[in-house]
Order: sequence, then structure tokens, then C-alpha cells
Amino acid sequence: MSMANVKLDDQAVSFEQQIPLAPIEELGEEESYLRVITKRFFKHKLAVLGLIVFTLILLMAILAPLLAPRSPYAITDQFSAAPSSKYMLGTDQVGRDLFSRLIYGSRVSLSVGIGAVAIYVAIGTILGAIAGYFGKWVDMIIMRITDVFMSFPYLMVILVLVSIMGPSLFNIIVVLGLLGWPGIARIVRGSVLSIKQMDYIKAGVALGYSAPRLVFQHILPNCLGPILVNATFGIAAAIITEASLSFLGMGVQPPTASWGNMLKDAQSLSVLASQPWLWVPPGIMILLSVLSINFMGDGLRDAMDPKSLR
Amino acid sequence: MSSTTSLETDRKADAPRQGTPLIEVQNLKKYYPIKKGILSKTVGHVKAVDGLNFSIYPGETISLVGESGCGKSTTGQAIVQLDPPTEGKVIFQGRDLSTLSNTELRQLRPQLQIIFQDPYSSLNPRKRVGDLLAEPLLVHKLADKSEVTRKVDDILEIVGLTKHHRNHYPHEFSGGQRQRIGIARALILNPKLIVCDEPVSALDVSIQAQVLNLLKDLQQKFQLTYLFIAHGLGAVKYISDRIAVMYLGKIVELGTTEEIFKNPRHPYTQILLSAYPVPNPHLRNRNRVVVEGDVPNPANPPKGCSFHTRCPLAQSICREKTPDLMGSGHTVACHFPLA
Amino acid sequence: MFQYIVRRILIALPVLFGVTIFSFLIVNMAPGNPVEMQINPDATAADIALKKEALGLNDPLYVQYVRWLSGILHGNFGFSFSTHQAVTGMISDRIGPTLLLMGTAIIIAYLIAIPIGILSATRQYSWMDYLSTSFSFLGISIPHFFLGLGAIYVFSIVFQIFPTGGMNTLGGTGGFADTFNHLILPALVLGTGIAGSMVRYVRSSVLEILGQDYLRTARSKGLKEFFVINKHALRNALIPIITVIGMDIPLLIGGAVVTEQIFQWPGLGQLTIQSIGSRDYPTLMAMNLMAAVAVLLSNLITDVLYSVADPRIKYN
Repeated sequence: MSMANVKLDDQAVSFEQQIPLAPIEELGEEESYLRVITKRFFKHKLAVLGLIVFTLILLMAILAPLLAPRSPYAITDQFSAAPSSKYMLGTDQVGRDLFSRLIYGSRVSLSVGIGAVAIYVAIGTILGAIAGYFGKWVDMIIMRITDVFMSFPYLMVILVLVSIMGPSLFNIIVVLGLLGWPGIARIVRGSVLSIKQMDYIKAGVALGYSAPRLVFQHILPNCLGPILVNATFGIAAAIITEASLSFLGMGVQPPTASWGNMLKDAQSLSVLASQPWLWVPPGIMILLSVLSINFMGDGLRDAMDPKSLR
Repeated sequence: MSSTTSLETDRKADAPRQGTPLIEVQNLKKYYPIKKGILSKTVGHVKAVDGLNFSIYPGETISLVGESGCGKSTTGQAIVQLDPPTEGKVIFQGRDLSTLSNTELRQLRPQLQIIFQDPYSSLNPRKRVGDLLAEPLLVHKLADKSEVTRKVDDILEIVGLTKHHRNHYPHEFSGGQRQRIGIARALILNPKLIVCDEPVSALDVSIQAQVLNLLKDLQQKFQLTYLFIAHGLGAVKYISDRIAVMYLGKIVELGTTEEIFKNPRHPYTQILLSAYPVPNPHLRNRNRVVVEGDVPNPANPPKGCSFHTRCPLAQSICREKTPDLMGSGHTVACHFPLA
Repeated sequence: MFQYIVRRILIALPVLFGVTIFSFLIVNMAPGNPVEMQINPDATAADIALKKEALGLNDPLYVQYVRWLSGILHGNFGFSFSTHQAVTGMISDRIGPTLLLMGTAIIIAYLIAIPIGILSATRQYSWMDYLSTSFSFLGISIPHFFLGLGAIYVFSIVFQIFPTGGMNTLGGTGGFADTFNHLILPALVLGTGIAGSMVRYVRSSVLEILGQDYLRTARSKGLKEFFVINKHALRNALIPIITVIGMDIPLLIGGAVVTEQIFQWPGLGQLTIQSIGSRDYPTLMAMNLMAAVAVLLSNLITDVLYSVADPRIKYN
């Protein structure tokens, strides 16, 4: 084969000619990422239903003093009374109004759910971001610690820790918050690992941005979706855990009303059999709140699914 | 390994250029370890960049050209310290960048900017264009709050956008417009050198010309120095002063654009040139040189001249001895350079 | 693949080590110590100090840890604060019923989840699919104790089909049929809860397989839909389905604690609640440690099975 003699005077496109800039069309109404997500979320019927129910429960918790007919601690003139026009859901074995206790119980469930998740999302996000961004041995150590925490059956360790620290609303929030982070940490780490490879992060490094700025202002806002979805499901799980703890006597202590400890009385067969008003309403409230939050989580997950986004 | 070109040869190669270089690349190497086995032992290295020596002079455009996987992008990222080199030095205005502390490096980074190939992954999707462009100014305290908006508007105007685009998100723009935003972001810190990592290869041909024109205008306006990376010679001819042809992590030929196009001396350069399309149909009846075989595995490059497996002119010495980059001004690494 | 398995075990070892440290620290954090729990109330402070010294409680923490760990490796988990029996013995008395309950619950969960999941995947967006999605959300959202109480109310109190709790009829002769009768309700409650999350998983893995090109090929060959699903799709979806239980083990253990308590099932879960009541930390942490090791092992086995069954898994 002989080497070709290449003619070089012609070009595919004559770049020397000044090509006028194509007019840049005026852009329409700005559409932010948030607006797209919201629109998609509201197309998910169950998610909207969940949002409505959850909002109602939230209002119930905030407005409890206005909604409850009497104090949740006040002892009335009747013990273990069946529902009547005077006491809508009857009274408990001590003689307290169950309807008022049910309303106040929402405060416990929601504060545990939101409080615990807020703590562990913060811990998990920071640890996951550190592991994903710095990699190497930092990542190795954080991920092994995560594995350790994930190996323990959640409810059993919580039972032990709460029993050591003493069962109280505050301690439950702290214990759930300190133990719940591994799931978030794994998710954040995975997102950070993939986002770290994007050119806009490399551009940030080239522009001289500091590591904290890159992590907190450029990487984390882009993994908000998975964090939010996980946190939503986490609130539901924390509400169930608090209810279980209170049911087992290791949660919020009477006389404070919690849906879980209201169900505790039903462990006696006679209550279970003859006084369903004592245990059915709080059970349904737990189910309703958890279900509504899970539906919202599902809607969020679908709305943020990158596969179906644009 | 005998592949490392001596610095003397390099100086000679650059002799025709005037003044002191902005950047000196000395024996630059970037190896990626290959890990195998239970304990992840390193069993070898992918030699992405294997001993580069060249200088970049103020105000010029030097292009790195080669097939994908030849190490050109790695070189670009190593020079702006995005992917620190395994070995060798990058000397910027007399300072060896590898010896700088993190803080010193961060203060120096504004002078070394980079434009990426993919305009879709190079802009943070969650930030408005105005914020994307204002952030570098605020981080480096190059403007106070009152000036920032004006500076952002100015730079948008300069790259051919308008101040109305400030409040929009990247996904609302076309590929070409996004690339302009990327250019604006690199430009806003008044850099000395911009590495253009295939800035037009993801764009439509008509848009390519616009962006190249813009880059050329900006170079004159702001006395910029470009390191331009491309895999074809097409885009490069129009914009470059000098061209370095890379093959398997090494420079095989380096010369002015005119020398490379008129008088290519390395067989590989000739092959690249013959792959370059000729629009005039009357001139097409030339002999095309078609390259045979695939690029060898950079983890296990061939002995001797790394191009000998595909070279139509290879002799026995090519399989034994690695050729050094030879010549003055127009340099070539070949035992049998073409006249 | 062998390399992958060895590496996977090597990763599990430091985690196991971390699990023991964490367990030890919690036991140490707990109020009360073996001496205060074991000796009679009249003992003088000097006696207690002497006993403490003899038991090595004044040694540095890491010495105590090494001693505790070597004890565990010899099967000695210490002594219960409340019954003063060896913890190992107490656990081995209770482990049988728990394994029986969990095993049955897993079988029930598979029996519910696999058909429902497959049906809802093959008829995506049909009313069957919506029904199964609703079931799965209900299963995830309903607390075990509420489901358990409801089940007792309906099946034991209103219809009186099953006993309300325990493992054998009091004063009865026992026997397999009697135990089985007591087992159904708690196993059903525990199994339904697990089935909820399993349905979602089965559905999505079948959906993923159904989207593959080789199924379209099978259809285009003219195979009946029944064969397409059963011969081609299910076989490939089976691996992730079978191994899903590995992920649900922690959930299962937590559920077992509550379920055993409600049904008075004499297993480890009930022992947990009793030990919580009596602040019996050595027993609690022994159970926690065992459970953690079980989780660790089940994850390991899941990963290994996966790598054996699926040739596409990368080994690094």
C-alpha cells in the first residue's frame, strides 16, 4: 500500500466563512424540576389520597387542644364505658375519654416519625456523602460500620437500648434516630458515587470550589429525590416501631396517650373480646397514618423515577 | 523504558516558538492500576498517558488529536489537575503544580479552565444559569454582590446569549446553547489556559462551526491559550496553531498545522489525514489509506514502536526499538519518517 | 467465582468483629453487673469489691472484651441476671419454637407472595394488579400486633376455630396436631406481614424479566403464553425471588418478637420481652448477637447463592 498524497485545500465546512449565529428563540415560561415532580405526583391517585389523609392527621395533631372534647388525662365519671353520645369512643379502664386520647395520640406518632427520621437522615446523609465523595479507606470503614448496624435486627436492639436509657418519648426519638441511618447512608453514597463522575462536578473542581461546597451545594441537591423517598417510608416505619414499643410497654409511658399504648390493654383476652372500642380505633389510626405515608412515598418514588423523567 | 524523550529534544522541538512557555509538560504519565484476585493485588497498569513532553505558549492553540483511548482527554484533565498525573510534571508559569498545597492549587485553578464534551452532563441541572455563572465569582471574591449580575449579563452577551437567559435552567437550552454556557463559565474567571475537551463533537455540524467561531473570537478578545482536544483533524485545522498527534498514550508527531497537513511525517498522521473527508467530488479519486486492525490494548502495548502492528511500512527494527520524538520544530517519533 | 465467595467472606469478618464489639459495649453500658445481681443483699461493700476483682470486672475494657469473646467462642454467653441459669441453655430451650414459627411464616409468605406477584406482573395495570398492590401496601402498613389482635378476635373469639395462644393445649397430651393447630394463626400473621413487601419484589422482578428481548423471541416463535411465562420467565425470575428472604430476615425477627408476645408462643421473642421486663441484659445481648450473626450469615448465603445461580454477576 502506498501512502496517499492528500489534498488539503478543501474542507468539509468552510469555517473561514463567518456563519451568522442562529437566532436563539425566546424561551417559554421557566419550568423547574420541582414543578415537574409536583405535577407527576398529583397524577398518582393513591398518593394524593395519602397526602389528604396525612394532612388531616397532621392538622389533628396540631389542633388537638381545639378538637378534643376534654383533656386526655381527665378522669370521667365512667370506667370502660362503651361509646355513647357523651363519649364518642367510650372510656378506658381508668375512665379517660378515648376520643380525646386518640386525638392526642397523633402527636406522639407524628413527633416520633418526623423527629427520628430528621435525625437519621442528617446522620445518614453526612456519612453517605463522606463515604461516596472521599472513597478509598474512608468509604471502606463507613460502609463496614453500616453493615454492622444493618446486621442487628432493628426492633430487638431498639428494645434493649430503650430499656437501658429508660422508655420515654425523647429517648425513643433519639434511639430510632441513632439507629436508622444505614439505609440512607447507603443510598446517598451510591448517588454521590454516580454524581461525582458527572462533568459538572469536575467543572466545579476546576473552578476551585472547596470539597464541602461541592458536596453540599452541587452533589447532595442532586440526590435529594432518593433521600426524600426513603425518608417518607422511614416516617411510616418509625410510627410502626413506636407503636410496637408502646404496645410492648417499652414506649411512651402512660398517662401520655399513644396509639400503641392504647392498644396495650387489649393484650388481656377479656378486653379483646368484649371491649373492641378500646383497641380497634387506635389500631385503625396507626394503619391509616402509616398507609397514607406509604402511598405518598410510592407516589414520590414514581414521580422522581429518572427512567420516566423527560 | 526508552520511550521517554529527553528534554533536550523537546526544547529543540519548541525552538521556533517565541517567549517562555505558559505550560511545560514534562514526562507526563498517567497509569491506572489493574486489580485482580482476592486481595485486589495490582497485576499491571493501563498506560493511558505514557511519557509526554511538550510546551504550550501563551496565545497559541495547540491540539491533541488521536483515536478514542489514546489518552488525549486524560492528558487534558491531568494538565488542569482534575486527574493528577502518576508521574511527571506540569509546570505552569514556572510553578510545578504537583507541589502545591490544596489551598494554593484552589487559588490557582481559575487560571486553568476546561470545557467538556457533553453539554448535558457539564451543567448542574439544579442551578439556574445565572447562579451557575455567579458562583465562581462569589467563591473567588472577584466581584461583590452588586457587580455580579452585571458581570454575568456581560459574559452571557459575550458568548452569544442574552441576559434573559439568566433565570432559566440548563435543561431548557439546546446543546449548542449549553455549550455556550459552559464556555461562559470557564471564561468568567479570566483564565490563562482553557482545555477544550472535544467541545464540539457532541453538536450538530452547523452548530459546531458557530461554537468554533465563538472560541476563536474569544481567543483574540481575551488573549486566551487553548489546549484543544479532538479525535479528527477536521475541527482542529481551522483553530490550531500546532497539532500533536497521539497514539496509545504517546505523541507520535508534533508540528505546526501547516506542517502536519502539508507534510505529514508519521504514517499514522497520514492515515488520519486520509480519513478526513474531501467535499469536492472531483478531488476524491485519490488513494485512501485504510488502517488495518484495532488499537492494541493499552494495558499491554506492543513492544517497540506501538504503531507497528498497524503500520503499512513497519520493518523489523520497529518491533524492537521504541522510536524517540526527533527533529527540530516539526518532530516525529518514527524510524522511517516520510519525507 | 470462588474468589468472589472468599472475598465476600473476608468482608463479612470485620463486620462480625464489629457486631461483637457493639454487643459488648451495650452489655457494658447497661446498668447492673453480674455481681450485684448474684450475691445476697447482706453482702458488705468489701465482699462486693472482692467478688468484682475475682470476676475481673476491674480489668480494662478490652481485657474484659477478649475474655467475653473467648467465652462466646466456647459457647458461654454468661449467666442470666434474673434466673441465674446459663444463657446458652435458656436460648437452646427456646430456639426450636422460634425456628418452627419463622419457617412456617416464610413458607406462608412465599405461598401468598409468589402467585400474587406473578399474577399482578403478568396482568400489569389490571384490577388484579391494583388489588395485589393494595394488599401489599396493607401488609407493609399494618403493625403485626394489630393484625395479630384482629386475627385472635376473628378466629379465636368470634369463630373459635384456633386457640388464642400458646404452643400446646394446657393439660393436654400435646402432639403434632395440637401444636400445628396453635401454630397456624401466629405463622399466618407473621407470614402476611412479610408477604406484603415480598409481593412488590416478586412483581418487579417478574416485570423486569418480562421486558427482556428473549421473551419476545419466545412469543414470536409462537409459544403459548403459558409456556412463555412458565418455561422462560419464571425460571429466570426465581433466583431473585428465592433470595429475597435474605433481606427480610431482620424484619422477620422483629415481627417474631411482637407475634410471639401476642400469641404467648414460647420462643426467643417471648424470652426477649421477658428479659426486657427483668432487665436481663446478658440474655438480651446474647440473643441480639445471635440474631445479628444469623442476619450476617443469611446475607452471605444470599450473595453466594446469587453468584452461583447467576453467571452475570461480576466478581469484583
